[in-house]
Amino acid sequence: MTEQTQAVQDSSTSITSSAFRILSAVFGNFVVRRFFFFLFVVWLASTVIFIIPRLSGQDPVKEKLLLEAQRGGAIQQGLDAMAKNYQKRFGLDLPIWVQYGNFLSDLARLDLGTSIAFFPRTVNDIVFESLIWTLGLIGTVTIIAFTLGTLAGAVLGWPRRPGWVQYLFLPLLTLAAVPQYLLGMILIFVFAFSLGWLPLFGGYEPATLPSLTFGFIIDVLRHAILPAFAILFSVIGFWAIGMRGMMINAQGEDYMIQADAKGLKGARIFMRYAVRNALLPQVTGLALVLGTIITGQVLVERVFSYPGIGDILFQAIRLSDFFVIRGIVIVIIVGIAGATFLLDVLYPLIDPRIRVKN
Amino acid sequence: MTQTATTPDTIDRGQVGGGWGQFYDDRLSPIKRYAVRNPSLIVGLGLMLSLALFVGIGHLVWDTELYRVLSTPTRLAPSFEYPFGTDTQGRDLLAVSIRGTPLTLRIGLIAGFVSIGLGTVAAFLAAYYRGWVDYGVRSVVDVGLAMPGLLILILVRINIGRELTVDEMGFALGMVGWVFPARTIRAQVLVMREAAYVELSRLSGTSGMGIIFKEMLPNLIPYITASLVGAVAGAILASIGLEAIGLGRFGDPTLGMTIYWNIQFSSIILGMWWWWLPPLVAIVIVFLGLFLISSGLDEWSNPRLRKRV
Repeated sequence: MTEQTQAVQDSSTSITSSAFRILSAVFGNFVVRRFFFFLFVVWLASTVIFIIPRLSGQDPVKEKLLLEAQRGGAIQQGLDAMAKNYQKRFGLDLPIWVQYGNFLSDLARLDLGTSIAFFPRTVNDIVFESLIWTLGLIGTVTIIAFTLGTLAGAVLGWPRRPGWVQYLFLPLLTLAAVPQYLLGMILIFVFAFSLGWLPLFGGYEPATLPSLTFGFIIDVLRHAILPAFAILFSVIGFWAIGMRGMMINAQGEDYMIQADAKGLKGARIFMRYAVRNALLPQVTGLALVLGTIITGQVLVERVFSYPGIGDILFQAIRLSDFFVIRGIVIVIIVGIAGATFLLDVLYPLIDPRIRVKN
Repeated sequence: MTQTATTPDTIDRGQVGGGWGQFYDDRLSPIKRYAVRNPSLIVGLGLMLSLALFVGIGHLVWDTELYRVLSTPTRLAPSFEYPFGTDTQGRDLLAVSIRGTPLTLRIGLIAGFVSIGLGTVAAFLAAYYRGWVDYGVRSVVDVGLAMPGLLILILVRINIGRELTVDEMGFALGMVGWVFPARTIRAQVLVMREAAYVELSRLSGTSGMGIIFKEMLPNLIPYITASLVGAVAGAILASIGLEAIGLGRFGDPTLGMTIYWNIQFSSIILGMWWWWLPPLVAIVIVFLGLFLISSGLDEWSNPRLRKRV
């Protein structure tokens, strides 16, 4: 009895200590290195973003003032003095190194500056208001698409699948090849314009104010269905194709033959041997396509006039609101770099093959 | 009915056997044999060819100058006089399709060749010479992959302050798009570097450049071709994206600009299906065609797939 508890205790301490050793080995160098790379990417991107306008020799403030003056038909007298005044206000008359330092310290404090077009509003305000819509849509859609697409791909790449499954492959391929915003346009035409089942555009009914009531939530969901499906269909195809390829590659592996030779049940071989091994590279795939999904989303939002980050980006481009455009670019880059960092750090924890190599 | 489909094991073996039998028996040329076994390549090429025919014949029989604004009455549904109808700003949409499709393809081709060219050079330098060259290329690629090129391009375009021509846009997309091909081709070269025939070539005193050009490059051409097709498709997608958010050249009738005007004038809500349908069909044909070509080439570039599926 006591011997048994002793043994249990021993094994449990050895498990915790070995887990601790793995964790410390992993976190000791890899995570720190990866985190510094993340910081490096963000720093480099911000530096590029800082340099580009200076290289082009254009002055965003003056550009905007000129544009407004042209629109209003005003006399351009005093425009230079006005631009100078604004430059002082935005700190654009300081030496370039001081400007660079200010820019980086602003970023470190997560301050993206002030919008030109919607003047008193800060970029933070504008971007984060729209980011909620974008993240809500993209987060839900990515999770659903990953699950369904991976499942479909796993079944498609399995030799003992039911016969009808293969007919799924061609539609999935076709959908993956069609850009999301085009799918969006077709969906609008069929379900909103012709059938009139769902709203044509926007994130909620134009006349309502955002609030946390039941009716408003239903309204938001109704508006989200079409843009969500536009992204969903094309992304599902992407996951399915990747997963199918990995499943086919797994067929020839020794562990599959061994599992077969041991006489294991088909379902067990499918889930525990084939899918489990094929699933992991899909996670790397997620890191690689994140940028594509987000830029695709920007366009889908444009097609649907969805009040997310893509729509704001379009408005800012139209109004040549440089600081909002810059803010959105920075937010997206930091978002993608951060997500890639998290995936890279989590990856060794779920894939022992990588853990051993590190 | 399901029985024939549910026993892929035997079918697989049968196909492999048949494949080998065919290899010895038939007098088909290798290209034909490949085409029969791999219909997606043929279908893809057929789609692209049909588009080329449409554009080619269109230039011959139709007045393509009508793509300009105010050259026709506005908002006409398709008729005998204007087979594709006209838009809100008075363009003849048939002329727009004929002129715009090759422009968009041109952006894609320029960008594809620039990105694959740069990517291949970088990949070979990195993987063959290793050391600090590899380290440098890998760092640039890692950083480049983390920063979405499209966004950088938006910033550049905003700051240039003028519209990019079709060629400039293709070139710019190529300049930001080379990092992904560089990474995948580098991985291929790294594997190939350890192959016995490269080792043999090195032992027999072939120079580094000689090995790259005589031994490695010819073996990688299938893979590079497949990557090129993918890069062209990606660049077209990106160019349409840039144009759809209003960063294209407003005078050009490219597919992306047509989409832009469609969104701008809410053609879907106005029920002007003839306005948004042609660019949509053209884009779908381009993407489907390129996709089928690249998956058809996949089997050529990746012999591991050849026996299965």
